[in-house]
Amino acid sequence: MALASLFFYLFAAVLLASALMVISSKNPVHSVLFLILAFLNGAGLFMLTGAEFLALILIVVYVGAVMVLFLFVVMMLDVDFAELRQGFMQYLPVGALVGIVFLVELLLVLGAYTLSPIAAETAALPTPPVDQVSNAEALGLVIYTRYAFYFQVCGLILLVAMVGAIVLTLRSNPKAKRQDVASQVNRRPEEAMEVRDVASGKGLQM
Amino acid sequence: MIGLSHYLTVAAILFVIGVFGIFINRKNVIVILMSIELILLAVNINFLAFSEALNDLVGQVFALFVLTVAAAEAAIGLAILVAFFRNRGSIAVEDIDTLKG
Repeated sequence: MALASLFFYLFAAVLLASALMVISSKNPVHSVLFLILAFLNGAGLFMLTGAEFLALILIVVYVGAVMVLFLFVVMMLDVDFAELRQGFMQYLPVGALVGIVFLVELLLVLGAYTLSPIAAETAALPTPPVDQVSNAEALGLVIYTRYAFYFQVCGLILLVAMVGAIVLTLRSNPKAKRQDVASQVNRRPEEAMEVRDVASGKGLQM
Repeated sequence: MIGLSHYLTVAAILFVIGVFGIFINRKNVIVILMSIELILLAVNINFLAFSEALNDLVGQVFALFVLTVAAAEAAIGLAILVAFFRNRGSIAVEDIDTLKG
């Protein structure tokens, strides 16, 4: 248990420090790299709560795909990022004020609330013991049955996002050579080839 | 012993860092998108912390759906950003004023 506490504080500290670096770093590439570190430590926290499958999904999907997408866009865009940081200090006081007020409010709520003693008994879907059913198996048993509709909607959202991203970024290139199926189908044998009777040993004058 | 309130505190601080990031990087859309990712991570930590505290698997199922939507949002946001940069040559938030809103 002491080891779990140690890892919790390690992950939490690195997570918060790298989150601060994400928003304050001068170079957006560094921001993305710190965001990767933040997500890795977030995955550590997920693992400590027992959500092993989601922790690994976070690493595979976020660090593997989304962050690489971010990195790609940051490196592709030719933007003067120093210019974008103008007004950083100007917005700092207002942002700090709002942030501190918000944080104090959230922490006051945390200090005052109590969990209802019967809350744990009203679980909609009790987690099966890990020594009998693994986390991924337990999730799979409900996602494809009880939450099948939401799962399908998730797939639909991803499909729409994929189509939308392609439509937004695809540029038609007039010089590109494309296949024209209609003209291929309309082509008749008469206009495509000519049959000649070639006499033996004479050759053919074109 | 690490309990529910530890996770909630970390998630609250992370959420506030995300909101703060939107405030201080008001010109840079990319960092704003990254701040939104931080906020969604904080939300997921809350879901999983309650899932563990209440011994309820639904929290993990919902965290999975939040992850899906967040990934779709990042992809669309970055696609819009790339399309906008091609048209206007800038990603500063104050240049996004074509609609005169």
